[in-house]
Amino acid sequence: MAKKLITCTINGEKVENYVDVRASLTDMLRNDYELTSVKKGCEVGECGACTVLINGEPFNSCIYLAIWADGKDILTLEGLTDKEGTISDIQQAFIDEGAVQCGFCTPGFIMSSLPIINSDREFTRDEIKKNISGNFCRCTGYQNIVNAIEKTAKARKANKTRQK
Amino acid sequence: MYDFNNLYEPKDIREALQMKMEYPNALILAGGSDILIKIRSGRLAGCDLINIYGLEELRGICMEDDGTILIRPLTSFSHVTAHPLIKQYIPTLGEAVDQIGGPQIRNIGTIGGNICNGVTSADSASTLKAFDAMLELSSINGVRILPYAEFSLGPGKVDLREGELLTGIRITKDSYENTYGQYLKYSMRKAMDIATLGCSVNVRLTKDKKAIDRLRIGFGVAAPTPIRATTAETAGNGHVLDSSLLDLVAGKACEDVNPRTSWRASKEFRMHLIKELAKRALKTSIEKAGGKIDG
Repeated sequence: MAKKLITCTINGEKVENYVDVRASLTDMLRNDYELTSVKKGCEVGECGACTVLINGEPFNSCIYLAIWADGKDILTLEGLTDKEGTISDIQQAFIDEGAVQCGFCTPGFIMSSLPIINSDREFTRDEIKKNISGNFCRCTGYQNIVNAIEKTAKARKANKTRQK
Repeated sequence: MYDFNNLYEPKDIREALQMKMEYPNALILAGGSDILIKIRSGRLAGCDLINIYGLEELRGICMEDDGTILIRPLTSFSHVTAHPLIKQYIPTLGEAVDQIGGPQIRNIGTIGGNICNGVTSADSASTLKAFDAMLELSSINGVRILPYAEFSLGPGKVDLREGELLTGIRITKDSYENTYGQYLKYSMRKAMDIATLGCSVNVRLTKDKKAIDRLRIGFGVAAPTPIRATTAETAGNGHVLDSSLLDLVAGKACEDVNPRTSWRASKEFRMHLIKELAKRALKTSIEKAGGKIDG
C-alpha cells in the first residue's frame, strides 16, 4: 500500500516519516514514535482516550488520518513533562485530587483540559464539563477530574496575576 | 489501519472535481467522522476515497458584497460557532452546531459533511433549512445553485448529481437580518448523543414588535429528512403576539411532520416533542427579538 512522507512537529520536535496512507494518527504516534500515552480505546471517536492537540485544538487521533498531520503541530501527554521527566501541574493535580483510578482515560482527559487551563478566561464548572464531554471515564465518577482541572486553572491564573 | 482501497488526493478544487467525475464510486472524505467509522465497522470496507480534508480553499467563512454570508463546506463545527460573523449575524446556527457530539467531534466534523450525509438528525440541518440556505454545487461542467430545501431526497439521500461537490453554503442578508432564533435539541444525554428531535425556529417581528412579520421553523428527526414546517409558518406569519399563537403554531406543525418509531423514541413521544419544542423555541425567539406574548 502507498506510503507518504509526512513532516510535522510532535511535542516541539520537527520530525518526518513515511506513513501508510491507511494509518490513523493513533497508529503513527504509538507505532512510529512510541508515544503510548495515546491510548487505543474505542477507535471510533467516542471515548476520547486517544485525544491529542493538533494546532492547539483537541482531536480524537483514532479518527484522524496520519497523512492529515502533514505540516501540523501535534502535542501528546509526553510533551507536558520537562526534559528531566518532571510532570506538569495538571498531571500533579490529577494525582492530588484522586482523579486517576485505572488511568487509561487520564492522558486523554488531560489533553482535553489544556484549552481550559491555558485560557485567560475563567471557566465555570459546567463549562469544564462541556469541554471534557468527549472523554469517558468508567472509574472516577468525573467529580475529581473536574476538581483537578478547576484547581489547576485557578492556580495558573493566580500565578499570572502575581507575575504581573 | 483503515480498510479502504484507493485514496485519491486532489491538490485543489479543480482536481477534486475531475476525480469526482473520473471515479464516480469514490466517496468524498471530508472530516471523516462518519465515513472512517463506517469503514472501521466494515460497512464501507474496501471503498475508494477522494480526500478533500486538506483543501484550504474549501474552508472558512466570509461576507460577500451584498451581505450574504458564505460558509465553505470544510469549516469545522467549532470554527462555525467561534466565527465573529456567525456570532453577530446567525448565532442560532453557531449554537446549534455547538450541540453536536463532543469537543473533539466538533473540531473534526464539517458543516458540509453534515449536510451531504443527508441524515434527518443532523444538528446543522434544521437551522440551515430554517434560514433558507442556498447550496453551491460544483462540477467540472459548472456550478448549480440549489435551495437546501430541495436538496434532501430521502434518508441518507441528497441531490448530488454525477461529479458534483458541495463547495459553498450561503445565507442571504434578507434571510438573517433582524431575525432571531433558537435551536432546541432533545436527546438522552447533553453530549455525545444524536437528537431524538431537533427544532429550529427564527422570527422577524413587525416594526412595532406586536406581531410576527416572518416565521420559519425547521425540524430534524420529525420526518425521513430534515424539513421545514410550512403549514405552521403560514399560520404564524402576520399573527399578533397573543396567547393563542404558540398553541396554534405547535398544532399546525403536527400537520407538517411524519415522525417514526425507532429504538430512540416512539412516534407518539416525538409528536409530543414536536409541539413542545416548537412552542418553547418560538417563545424564546420572540423574546430575543424584543417581543412579548400578550405584552
